[in-house]
Amino acid sequence: MKFKKTPESLVKDPGLDETIKNLTPERIVQVVNRVLTKENSARLQAYLDTCVHCGLCADACHTYVSRDKDPLFAPVSKVRQTLWELVRRKGNVDGEFIRNAARIAFTECGVCRRCSMYCPFGIDMAYLLLIVRRICSLLGVVPVYLQDTTNSHSVTSNQMWVQQDEWIDTLQWQEEEAQAELSTVRIPLEKEGADVMYSVIAPEPKILAQLLGNMAIIFKAAGEDWTMPATDGWDNSNMAMYSGDFEIMGRVERLHWETAARLKVKKIIMGECGHAFRGAVYDGPRWLSWQYPPIPMIHAIEYYYDLISSGRIKIKQKYQEHVTIQDPCNTVRGRGLGDKLRYIVDALCEKFTDVDPKQEHNYCCAAGGGVINCGPPWKRSRMLSNRVKAEQLGKTGADVIITPCHNCHSGIEDIIGFYNLGMHVKFINEILVECMEKPEESEG
Amino acid sequence: MAQSAEVDFSPGKAQLVDLAALKSRFARIDEWVASPDGNSIAAPVKTEEGRFTICVNDQTWPDSFDLLWMLRYTPAGKLMALVQSDFEWTVAVDGKPWENTFEYVWQPRWSRDGEIIAALCKKDNEYGVVIEDKPWENRFKAVRDFALSEDGKRAAVTVQTDSLGEADVPGFFEGVWSLAVDGQLWDKKYINTWSPIFNADGSKVAAQIRTDICEYSISVDGADWTERYGCVWEPIFKGTNGTVIAPIRHGKNWTLAEDGRPIWSGEYNQLWRHSFSPDGSKLAAIVSPEFGRWTIAVDDKPWKRRFKDMVLEPTFSPDSKRVAAPVKSDGRWNIAVDGEVSGQGWDQIWDPVFTPDGAHVLAKAKQDKGFLVVCDGKPVRTNLSLCWDPIVSPDGQHVMLRYVEDEKYVREVVPIEELAR
Amino acid sequence: MYEFSRGPLVWIAFIVLIGGTIYRVAKIYRDSKKERVVHPYMSLSHGMRSIAHWLVPFGARNMRMRPVFTVMSFLFHICLLLTPIFLLGHVMLFEQSWGISWWTLPDGLANVMTILVVVAVTVFALRRLAHPVVRFVTKTSDWVLLVIVAAPFVTGLLAYYQVFDYRTVMILHMWSGALWLMVIPFTRIVHMIFFPLTRAYMGSEFGHVRSARDW
Ligand code: HEM
Ligand code: SF4
Ligand code: SF4
Repeated sequence: MKFKKTPESLVKDPGLDETIKNLTPERIVQVVNRVLTKENSARLQAYLDTCVHCGLCADACHTYVSRDKDPLFAPVSKVRQTLWELVRRKGNVDGEFIRNAARIAFTECGVCRRCSMYCPFGIDMAYLLLIVRRICSLLGVVPVYLQDTTNSHSVTSNQMWVQQDEWIDTLQWQEEEAQAELSTVRIPLEKEGADVMYSVIAPEPKILAQLLGNMAIIFKAAGEDWTMPATDGWDNSNMAMYSGDFEIMGRVERLHWETAARLKVKKIIMGECGHAFRGAVYDGPRWLSWQYPPIPMIHAIEYYYDLISSGRIKIKQKYQEHVTIQDPCNTVRGRGLGDKLRYIVDALCEKFTDVDPKQEHNYCCAAGGGVINCGPPWKRSRMLSNRVKAEQLGKTGADVIITPCHNCHSGIEDIIGFYNLGMHVKFINEILVECMEKPEESEG
Repeated sequence: MAQSAEVDFSPGKAQLVDLAALKSRFARIDEWVASPDGNSIAAPVKTEEGRFTICVNDQTWPDSFDLLWMLRYTPAGKLMALVQSDFEWTVAVDGKPWENTFEYVWQPRWSRDGEIIAALCKKDNEYGVVIEDKPWENRFKAVRDFALSEDGKRAAVTVQTDSLGEADVPGFFEGVWSLAVDGQLWDKKYINTWSPIFNADGSKVAAQIRTDICEYSISVDGADWTERYGCVWEPIFKGTNGTVIAPIRHGKNWTLAEDGRPIWSGEYNQLWRHSFSPDGSKLAAIVSPEFGRWTIAVDDKPWKRRFKDMVLEPTFSPDSKRVAAPVKSDGRWNIAVDGEVSGQGWDQIWDPVFTPDGAHVLAKAKQDKGFLVVCDGKPVRTNLSLCWDPIVSPDGQHVMLRYVEDEKYVREVVPIEELAR
Repeated sequence: MYEFSRGPLVWIAFIVLIGGTIYRVAKIYRDSKKERVVHPYMSLSHGMRSIAHWLVPFGARNMRMRPVFTVMSFLFHICLLLTPIFLLGHVMLFEQSWGISWWTLPDGLANVMTILVVVAVTVFALRRLAHPVVRFVTKTSDWVLLVIVAAPFVTGLLAYYQVFDYRTVMILHMWSGALWLMVIPFTRIVHMIFFPLTRAYMGSEFGHVRSARDW
């Protein structure tokens, strides 16, 4: 089978173009066999044998729908171009093949699992494409920005090369910032025996630090007994899970859980991120042999829901802008939090128009699954892959899109720009802090 | 462990400090810490806007700082904190800041006896280690994992050897990570290095290394094991002969290897945090013998009892006969001793504390908002608003409890029979 | 030849079908145990819930999005499975051999159902040519499979209407029917066996583990 030339196959990325030059046929065969026969068995076999090549999964995929139903972008087509061939040829493929397989698996599929809800057999295409990613990762053929993120995880256990001192410094600085808003606010560091460890992803200290300050205010208002670690292990994100480096994924998740255990907390509450939830609650624990997370992990959506529905936080004045929602795949399809998300938005916002399709059926933002982390070379492709998202959001007529996930947030922001939607994205965190009653006010 | 030899273990209960009275004195009081002899309690306090100091019992330190955190008693009873003045950070010990100041200083560590204090530091955008106010002469692009020898004289830290441009993946895979011991670099570089550890006399250092995308091993003083594995975890040294033991992964299973040769035949889903008994005769580790089930294995023999949620690092009794570990199943934490659990389970639990003869096990725990002390699975003090680890007297006859009750800091020494009844 | 086809061939076909099915299920069971992360997450209720949604016409969003195909697919599968089992001719054979019998389809209805299968296969075949995605993922084996699936129905019709030499057509019918049964465990028709397994797994992962719906 020859790969068809698409504009995407011409994108330059040294992570793919240069690395394939070092591949030897023996190495490829060896890695493919290792992954196909030693690391995977029953599910791979069942999925490959069961698929009746019916194409019913096609319309589930935002890349396929957005690209005028180009058959190359249907989920089953992506598997056909990659895994089927690797299996059929027992790994006897060349570097060019691996390059294209990497392009498809890393940049044209967000492993969002929407298609497995559309396949009559429930075939997990995301799992199959993650197997392809695993092979590429072991061969060292990974988009350069994504690999760099994984490298950062391997060294720092966080996603953005944040130094240990930078992390602590940022928290101390955010504490002061938040005190301008509410003078009694603290960000308690290393408080053993607190009820809650709050964990976030590296972009928060790096570029969106005010989210940390906001959270400190929310915790204060809620009367939460919480802490954050002043050591590595504070970052709950995990791009190694998506680059196919499961050893680094496991290492990162282990440190995250052990940090919570060291701080002796009852649970972890995590910020608004979807993939981090998936890594910490599903993929990470499984690789490490935990059936479920060793310590309960509460996603921000669940936490805000609890705060608002129990009255621990009261809404002073509703947010006035016309809003809609982006349902993040990994917390809505991946945790069923769609109803709670809508409860929060109804409680917080005056005017809310829902998306269609919604909840589990929502389209992926096309940024998750490591796709946005493939970086600038692939941005245009990513935009072309999600026209359907622009149309879906545009139809709501809303001005603000609430995106309780970092990947969705950045991905949707890009889509707004590319398709001139004239909308804005916001985290719940930002709206909640703006609309809630703050303790000093209620005392005063 | 505290220098419990010098500590007064005569039975009795004393309310040493009235914390309620202090509340009105300060705008903000952070987390309290109790001294190992039980006589003092200290916390960072805010004296006026932007000024912090330490309040020990009801006395404040003479100096105050712009910021102050990470207040800790070392086992020797030294009270240290990380402090900032005029945008410069340093370590303050018993009220006195070190002479050297830094852009940042963090991750304090101390010698086994708690006499020597060290930390990571950053100056002019370069990173290093400072021990007892003496910074390393050599500094590095970045540092990460940090170890101090037992006597506190030597330090090892994982360091980045060369700078990398943005997203320089090929450069990264050339290997830019190594180990610096007392400021001197190993002459080898690796893709990654993690978790350095000294042997007992501080003469050797071992660490995890990564030599290819999915190739891991152990290096001792820069001499790598010849074997490569799918993954490894933290190595430890064995006794005095200096061999190194680490968990290794081959295929999907984990086992323990000594200097590259497997020494356990058990194939575990997971294995980590192994440690020797004080007499060096037994080796215990956290293992997962079947998926989603955890326990402790002693010399390759897992306890029969399995725990679903989590098992933490095992602790041997001082006589090396018994092993205990915090375990969690169905959301409840407990202490398991030799595979048996007797307590009802709590929200949170701390590491077990054995009596010298191993007959009794104590631990601090937390249920809802209240702390408690547990002895042999039975709560012996409950509903405390704060509490620290119990300390057993060297003769094993008495236990010192340190806690806060009704806003009073209490030091109580109780005969062990009274608790173990 | 005719006698062999009537007797031993049927035996062989069923033995291969049943033996093959047992083999496939046993192997996938063993392998899935080895994979460790499959069984601990299985949930009977969530598995059944998912299977139910996908066995009921229009039970899933994807089915509602393409009503014509859904009707076609369900008619195809129903006719495909029911016609051979409840065909008067087949039941008579069982009665002659083993003395057991059961309810049978009226001839006219059976005829219509057989024709429906052939029509459906034709539609599937045309869809394989017309739909770009399906076409892109079609392998030669898909065509062979469609032929194998259609063959017993086509030859059955030919025999019923006595087109060509009846005896030859019957032999072809029996052979293609036997082939049909025998390939089930070893080709993509294994989807009949694996459907409950993959569905139950996905249903458990979605419902039990992730508290979400997968239909
Ligand atoms: C209870 C058992 C079975 C179930 C649940 C099942 C289910 C399905 C499903 C969900 C599809 C996907 C596409 C569609 O809906 O048409 C399909 C397709 C198909 N099935 Fe089945 N099936 C079963 C038995 C069989 C048997 C026994 C055969 C033939 C011997 C068969 C032949 C086919 C064929 C040929 C297709 C492909 C249609 C195409 O080319 O697009 N099925 N089946
Ligand atoms: S992007 Fe989502 S819908 Fe598309 S193939 Fe990947 S997992 Fe399936
Ligand atoms: S994955 Fe499922 S929906 Fe897609 S072609 Fe295969 S069987 Fe059909």
